[in-house]
Amino acid sequence: MAYLLEARGLSRSFGHVRALDNASFDIEPGEVVALIGDNGAGKSTMVKAMTGNLAVDSGEILFGGEQVTIATPHQASAMGMEVVYQDLALAPHLNPVQNMFLGREIPRRGLLGFLGFMDEKRMRASAEAGFAELGGTVTAFGAPVGSMSGGQRQQIAIVRAITWADKIVFLDEPTAALGVVQTKNVLDTIKRVRDKGIAVVLISHSMPHVLEVADRIQVMRLGTRVATMPARGTTVEQLVGAMTGALDLA
Amino acid sequence: MTGFLRRIGGMQSVWILGVLLVIVAAFSVAAGRKFLSTSNFSLISQNIAVWAVLGVGMTFVIITSGIDLSIGSVLVFSSVVAAKIMDAVGGDGWSTAFLGILGALVSGIAWGTLNGFLIAKAKIPPLIVTLGALSVALGLAQVLTGGIDIRSVPEALTDFNTYIKIAGIPALPFVALIVVIIGGIVLHRTRFGRYTFAVGSNELGARRVGINVDRHLIYVYALTGACAGLGAVLALAQFGTTTIAGQSLTNLNVIAAVVIGGTSIFGGEGSIFGTVVGLFIPAVLQAGFVIIGVEAFWQGVAVGSVLVAAVYVDQSRRAAAQRGGSRPSILSLIKSRSA
Repeated sequence: MAYLLEARGLSRSFGHVRALDNASFDIEPGEVVALIGDNGAGKSTMVKAMTGNLAVDSGEILFGGEQVTIATPHQASAMGMEVVYQDLALAPHLNPVQNMFLGREIPRRGLLGFLGFMDEKRMRASAEAGFAELGGTVTAFGAPVGSMSGGQRQQIAIVRAITWADKIVFLDEPTAALGVVQTKNVLDTIKRVRDKGIAVVLISHSMPHVLEVADRIQVMRLGTRVATMPARGTTVEQLVGAMTGALDLA
Repeated sequence: MTGFLRRIGGMQSVWILGVLLVIVAAFSVAAGRKFLSTSNFSLISQNIAVWAVLGVGMTFVIITSGIDLSIGSVLVFSSVVAAKIMDAVGGDGWSTAFLGILGALVSGIAWGTLNGFLIAKAKIPPLIVTLGALSVALGLAQVLTGGIDIRSVPEALTDFNTYIKIAGIPALPFVALIVVIIGGIVLHRTRFGRYTFAVGSNELGARRVGINVDRHLIYVYALTGACAGLGAVLALAQFGTTTIAGQSLTNLNVIAAVVIGGTSIFGGEGSIFGTVVGLFIPAVLQAGFVIIGVEAFWQGVAVGSVLVAAVYVDQSRRAAAQRGGSRPSILSLIKSRSA
């Protein structure tokens, strides 16, 4: 199957540090690909480079088989890609609906819309539908996001991303700050997103979680991809070996 | 609707309205008819008209987690510009006044835009930028006038204040009321207002969803400047002269009112309604003290105490509502990312 998104030989230096060193990445439509690696291996930098948040020194990005230049996050959004950042980028004082439509508010029709008035009813209905689809635990649509649990906030950020992304969602450490039950909810959410036909790129440190939800795993070390493995049949030991360089698969 | 009531009940502006009503009730018991008279409330509303207009802009700025210390000086500068223009044109009619009003608004917007530009683009902290503007605007106003107030305000303007009543409300408070209503609608019902909250709540998050934060901040400070320009016109109408030496505490009084009204100094939260209530508290205290014969100096003591108490209660309430500490965790996450 053709790759939906493919990065070939991306390099980027910050001073003397080579954050990306001829790094590659690929993902098929509807696939869950885990991107793992030790701290500083270049995972987040790689995601930034592929979503218009960072310019690379060299290398090329192909989207749907065609070479593209993604210069801004806006452009990545327009292509159907959204990122859920580790800090979630939610406004804690706004409610889930307001957060979901932040920057994309539905205007009222006619003159009122021109004056900046928003169609709160439509936004609310559409947000509720989005949460229901993912079997969400968020029920208080009028309460500020800041008063909600970490799991609920994570879910709001994910629902926002998949509402606007129809091709790929990038999740940066989505389970890092969560408890056991909330983690399970996020992993279930990832499976549901995949079932909708949206590809998921999952950055994570947790090997068991990665093995549970991912189809393929790409391992980064020192700014480059050192291994690509199918999740099925791979063990935690093999992943750790590839991450640390004990097992040289490249 | 119950959700709406619960949300309203949780707002500081609502219980601070309760405080205002208690103060009104106390003075009514102590002074009776004298306090509850139409003329007393007409006087109170006239005293807060200018501050109410300034308070609308200040509420927007503080919700973005900014501050504008320069409004009093910008008001003075704009009133000097208006007075100079009207003096040069001459005449006592509305056409002269209109040119003056235009001058004051342009001056206010120009100062606000300059503040906003330095804050959003040059990344200088709002406190410093507006502290500088406070000094520069007042200094330039004094340079322009030699420090002597200009008294040539057209009769059209002063008569507007003295004689005109609209729907039973004196003209200046009526203009302020219109500004307050428009400000409230823009803040709570439009995309512009939503972005104002978003920028104050999580600036980085707002940037990430594609909001042009820099441009929005410039607009917000320009709006505050426009409010100061309009405030200058109202002050000219009210006093019939520029008030070069009379606005040194205006900024702090307006900020106090905004904060008493429940707008969070940390941003992301607030309302125009709260600001109006926050303006009435010092004004009612002052009027009440005068009527019951307490020295007016006590007003400062009372307002300062209410300010600190209001913020304390608000913070404890919020800490209780946010048990588990969402804000610190989000902040620390942002820090760890950028590190």
